[in-house]
Amino acid sequence: MSSVSEDPDSGIPPAEVPDLPPPHAHGWWSRWVFSQDAKYIALQYSGTAIAIGMVALVLSWLIRMQLGFPGVFDFISAEAYYQFITMHGMIMVVYLLTAIFLGGFGNYLIPLMVGARDMVFPFVNMLSFWMYFAAVVVLVASFFAPGGPTGAGWTLYPPQAILSGTPGGTGWGIVLMLVSLILFIIGFTMGGLNYAVTVLQARTRGMTLMRMPLTVWGIFTATVMALLAFPALFVAAVMMLFDRLLGTSFFMPALVEMGQQLSYGGGSPIVFQHLFWFFGHPEVYIVALPAFGIVSDLIAVHARKNIFGYRMMVWAIVIIGALSFIVWAHHMYVSGMHPYFGFFFATTTLIIAVPTALKVYNWILTLWRGDIHLTLPMLFALGFIVTFLNGGLTGLFLGNVVVDVPLSDTMFVVAHFHMVMGVAPIMVIFGAIYHWFPLISGRMLSHRLGLIHFWVTFIGAYAIFFPMHYVGLVGVPRRYPDISASFVPDSVATLNAFISVAALTVGAAQILFLFNFAWSLRYGRKAEPNPWRAASLEWQTPEMPPRHGNWGKELPVVYRWAYEYSVPGASRDFIAQDDPGHPASWSHVP
Amino acid sequence: MIVAASLVLIVLFSVGFHLFSPWWWTPIASNWGYIDTTLVITFWITGAVFVAVVLFMAWCVFRYRHKPGRVAHYEPESRKLEIWLIALTALGVAAMLAPGLVVWKRFITVPDDATEIEVVAQQWYWSYRLPGVDGRLGSSGTEWIDFDNPLGINPHDRFGADDVVIDSGDLHLPLGQPVRVNLRSVDVLHDFYVPEFRAKMDMVPGMVTYFWFTPTRTGEFEVLCAELCGVGHGVMRGYVSIDEPEDFDSWLGEQVTFAGLPAGGAVRVAETAEESDP
Repeated sequence: MSSVSEDPDSGIPPAEVPDLPPPHAHGWWSRWVFSQDAKYIALQYSGTAIAIGMVALVLSWLIRMQLGFPGVFDFISAEAYYQFITMHGMIMVVYLLTAIFLGGFGNYLIPLMVGARDMVFPFVNMLSFWMYFAAVVVLVASFFAPGGPTGAGWTLYPPQAILSGTPGGTGWGIVLMLVSLILFIIGFTMGGLNYAVTVLQARTRGMTLMRMPLTVWGIFTATVMALLAFPALFVAAVMMLFDRLLGTSFFMPALVEMGQQLSYGGGSPIVFQHLFWFFGHPEVYIVALPAFGIVSDLIAVHARKNIFGYRMMVWAIVIIGALSFIVWAHHMYVSGMHPYFGFFFATTTLIIAVPTALKVYNWILTLWRGDIHLTLPMLFALGFIVTFLNGGLTGLFLGNVVVDVPLSDTMFVVAHFHMVMGVAPIMVIFGAIYHWFPLISGRMLSHRLGLIHFWVTFIGAYAIFFPMHYVGLVGVPRRYPDISASFVPDSVATLNAFISVAALTVGAAQILFLFNFAWSLRYGRKAEPNPWRAASLEWQTPEMPPRHGNWGKELPVVYRWAYEYSVPGASRDFIAQDDPGHPASWSHVP
Repeated sequence: MIVAASLVLIVLFSVGFHLFSPWWWTPIASNWGYIDTTLVITFWITGAVFVAVVLFMAWCVFRYRHKPGRVAHYEPESRKLEIWLIALTALGVAAMLAPGLVVWKRFITVPDDATEIEVVAQQWYWSYRLPGVDGRLGSSGTEWIDFDNPLGINPHDRFGADDVVIDSGDLHLPLGQPVRVNLRSVDVLHDFYVPEFRAKMDMVPGMVTYFWFTPTRTGEFEVLCAELCGVGHGVMRGYVSIDEPEDFDSWLGEQVTFAGLPAGGAVRVAETAEESDP
């Protein structure tokens, strides 16, 4: 670099590459269908994810109807029940949560928050969405295939996943599921490389890594993790597809099915489990880290206070991301793997609790001595902390190898992971939608409807999943369409019915949210620019909502970190990142 | 105000539910009280953290909620506070992990005087095999499984001849005698799960897995499958009966041995050949 900084005192480096305009749409198709604008792709991703998420929501109602009132609904056979739980789990984890955090929020927020005009590879970004869309179509097709979708459980454990005792095992179900996952991973890899390169290469002048909002840190780290973790699922899916269609035996030992010797031999079902969880555990954090990042920003903005311990928060995200690659076999304590692995994986798993706990402390220390505005994003953030804390703590039971032995495969596990990676991240998604809706649409969501939505969802979800732990403690196994057993007292059936009623109520509240969304899009109160008085860059665009190219003629220049709230001596209670008027008050940050 | 009160109510509800609800684990019937103890330690530590964090949060929301004129305190970070919190958390984690690992060591170390038995799973029922007078189980393999030999016992292995085979029926075990439970599956993954024993382990086709325990009270206990194994998963049930040793012996005397089954013919021939050996 030979050019000189325009102002040697500002510490702002010169631009390293010319500011190129992002590709413009030339017609109806390239504007509205095959758009290359990250903001539009974000909406396509989110819309598709929420649509398929609605299918998962309806499936959860069917699951709870069966569990709460066994025998009442004749159409829910054991086959159907297993298909429901399988598709519910897979849709929620992969097609909703992963897609909406990375494809949705990632696409919308990364370029705006780092001061870029768009993603660095807009064409690949467009392809990424359409691969995802194809994956969703194949997934939906399996509902209409002969024999229906697979009922192997979302973990798809062989041998049962590809044998006749499981719905979809010898029909189309499992094949379409695996093909859909393969398409998803191809699509995600295109998107993920794009997000990572954009964060590393397209930040505007002055936007050092340690000035990025935690939202970007969370999404960036999750993206890098996903790029490393999804290939394990990819190869597992391809190998299982070969076992199913070509008769290979990667995961299939010699076995006798219903008295028939099958021609498989020599494979290992446990190898699949290692591959699956080598993906599956990082996947938990692929969903959690963007939520951690986003919630940090929601709390800071709405408590008018910088996020407490920003640097520690960044390192915690990175350390959690790294550690999450050496904890996977805590899902396999009773799988039959060598028992000595238990010592190693229990230790690594409990170590990960330390940086995670630090994040919880720092969120609360941000509230401490803040100026807490109880807006909807703040309410959802508080709801997140409670549910995440609860779910994180029960993780200490399941991670501690010997405590996991009685609890594994019971409803305790179901309650734990729903609390920690179902309810908690979804609280953040809602908080984020209430927070960024004005940026995206130029209007505010209805506060009154939002309050009903928040209280029913938060209290209701807690009422579903907190008591469910105790159903598991009694000993009720998961994946049972009817839980009656000699050791299960009748009162558990009553509790189950209560949980089901709570679940249906929470489900109904989501319809209210969709109504609020659609109604406010048209009739919502017009939002003033930067309605939450946020300091981060995405709110400082020349127009709100931001136009194609985001920044008008000149790219913004960043002078400070994203958390300059309530700075003593400042003229107002926030200083925007691109505001050159005030000296950088916090000397620790470069 | 409402928000802070709700957070306090959530704490009260959670603690109250834990202490007063009727839903708790089944009375234990094995030596794995250690596991229950570790679980209770974990409940106390995590419960204390949950109560402390949520109550502090409720207090913050109450004390620092927005009022006209309030200005947030500006303090980017406090290294000292963060290090204290990390140290305390690490201590709490160690207090849970240490007993957990000690008990895990016991869990995977089978005592020398344990009797070996075998549980075989297939879609969707349980079979069992107990050693005969020689005190040891014969070898087995998938290749020998057929209609007459549903457990795939090696017909050429003389240790298998006196093995007691329970193809449909309940398992009986004597009180107070440690057992190593060898687990096999002939088709897909299963998991031999008796809630009162606390111990469980997956059964994997192509492998023999195990756990061990000592029955500590008599009674009938329901067996469930705890690893999804297809549409019959929820109805794959059975019973284990823990008997006084004398009741167990008389039950054992009534059972069929492998040599008594049609497939046991080869063992009978082999044994005869061995006996006639000079």
